[in-house]
Amino acid sequence: MTAKRTWATTRRVIAQLRRDPRSIALMIVVPIVLMALLKWVFDDQPQVFNEIGLPLLGIFPFITMFLITSVATLRERTSGTLERLLAMPLGKGDLIIGYQLAFGFFAFIQSLVAVAVAVGLLGLDVVGPLWAVVAVSVLVALLGTSMGLAVSAFARTEFQAVQFMPAVVFPQVLLCGLLAPRESMAPVLRFISDLLPLSYAVDAMTAISTQPDVSGVTWRNMAIVAGFAIAGLIVGATTLPRQSE
Amino acid sequence: MTGSDSRPTTSNDTAISVAGLTVRRGSNSVFDNLNLTIAKGKITGLLGPSGCGKTTLMRVIVGVQKITDGDVRVFGQKAGSAGLREQIGYVTQDVSVYDDLSVEQNLTYFARILGLPDSRTSEVAATVGLEDQLGSLVRNMSGGQRSRVSLAVALLGHPPLLILDEPTVGLDPLLRKELWDLFDSLAAAGTTLLISSHVMDEAARCDRLMLMREGKILSETTVPELLASTEAHDVEGAFLALITHTTSLPLPDLAPNLDRAAEATEPDPEAEGGQS
Repeated sequence: MTAKRTWATTRRVIAQLRRDPRSIALMIVVPIVLMALLKWVFDDQPQVFNEIGLPLLGIFPFITMFLITSVATLRERTSGTLERLLAMPLGKGDLIIGYQLAFGFFAFIQSLVAVAVAVGLLGLDVVGPLWAVVAVSVLVALLGTSMGLAVSAFARTEFQAVQFMPAVVFPQVLLCGLLAPRESMAPVLRFISDLLPLSYAVDAMTAISTQPDVSGVTWRNMAIVAGFAIAGLIVGATTLPRQSE
Repeated sequence: MTGSDSRPTTSNDTAISVAGLTVRRGSNSVFDNLNLTIAKGKITGLLGPSGCGKTTLMRVIVGVQKITDGDVRVFGQKAGSAGLREQIGYVTQDVSVYDDLSVEQNLTYFARILGLPDSRTSEVAATVGLEDQLGSLVRNMSGGQRSRVSLAVALLGHPPLLILDEPTVGLDPLLRKELWDLFDSLAAAGTTLLISSHVMDEAARCDRLMLMREGKILSETTVPELLASTEAHDVEGAFLALITHTTSLPLPDLAPNLDRAAEATEPDPEAEGGQS
């Protein structure tokens, strides 16, 4: 693995996305529209918008990057470019980290725009520092990329890859504490919730929205999200065999 | 076929040696104790109908195919070893480039992966006759142009071994001739080429021929030798003669298969492999 090859991969992935302005627009615009919709739905209950607005901002990058990565990786597999790359002196890390940097960059932009609109235009109340919001968003995006990479190995077609989205994302959204507080869940559900990475991202976002400083618990939660992202990367690397049947 | 000796005979003239190769896919045996050698600096044509195992053999040599048993060496090193990755240019039947990038973006990316200067990009584009299409999006190009982009990627690093899986499928006769002229000049410069085809008349451009059927090498020969030994007028006739000579399959059953193969249909990679 070399920095040069990793960076070349990042630039290539960014060049591919730049050829697809519609995807970029969707990536940036959809979170803003959903935030505005949320604000409108709870127009007479502004505290609800404040409670779930920020955690929701932490879930968008996960869904977007999960989908984009699983489809992009699947295209690499089906088009034969993955096999070609693995037959070249390219380290698996070059490919995986290259993708992470590219998608992390887009997640950074997505999150900057979403936070600016949510706080500036829609009046979302964030007590904690905004940089922490962006940091959690980028971590969640890296998590989504890792998971998408790991899952794409189990899909043969783009249709199947898309089907993994509800399977991987919805249980996490249900159990992450957004719809019901994690403390009041049945012990079994609470246990499962503790195993899912998005729970920690939502805990971190909730804390940032209500506490002026980034607490030790929040740092720990961010570290856990990063840990899951790294674990996903390792799984993803093992699902990129240089030899196949 | 070389002897059934399981030790590969690696001499200075040998680029590839395959000894005792067995590849099974499920309960299907693609190769069973296959032995062959491929000479350095020559064009070896791998001919045979669709599904006879050409692609699988090429994948084994490149090192991306799991093998059940056997010893496969390229330039003396075990196939698939890291040291070979810069030495083999491999063109699959699929156009393995990014169709949402331009020709130049594709070539630049692969050049950087191979640690080559960006200037190599325009050189290989000129080699395959795409110097005027550098800015074109691969998706918008014709099938023949796309397969030349894929070939250009394989040529980037001046690899001493080129494995080309049906590189001329879908090309017009003029382009086909130009590509074979390119292959000749590469071989003259010392490059070893292994080229698969099911178009039998391309065999005339090869230094050596390997005729393959159902995972077995029927004959390792040259065009003049083949024609002389079978008393056929062309390679296709010689191939048919060889099959009827070496198997008890009646000719009428087989002829439609060969006709279909010669029509340059897209073979299903899943179906590649023997039916034994």
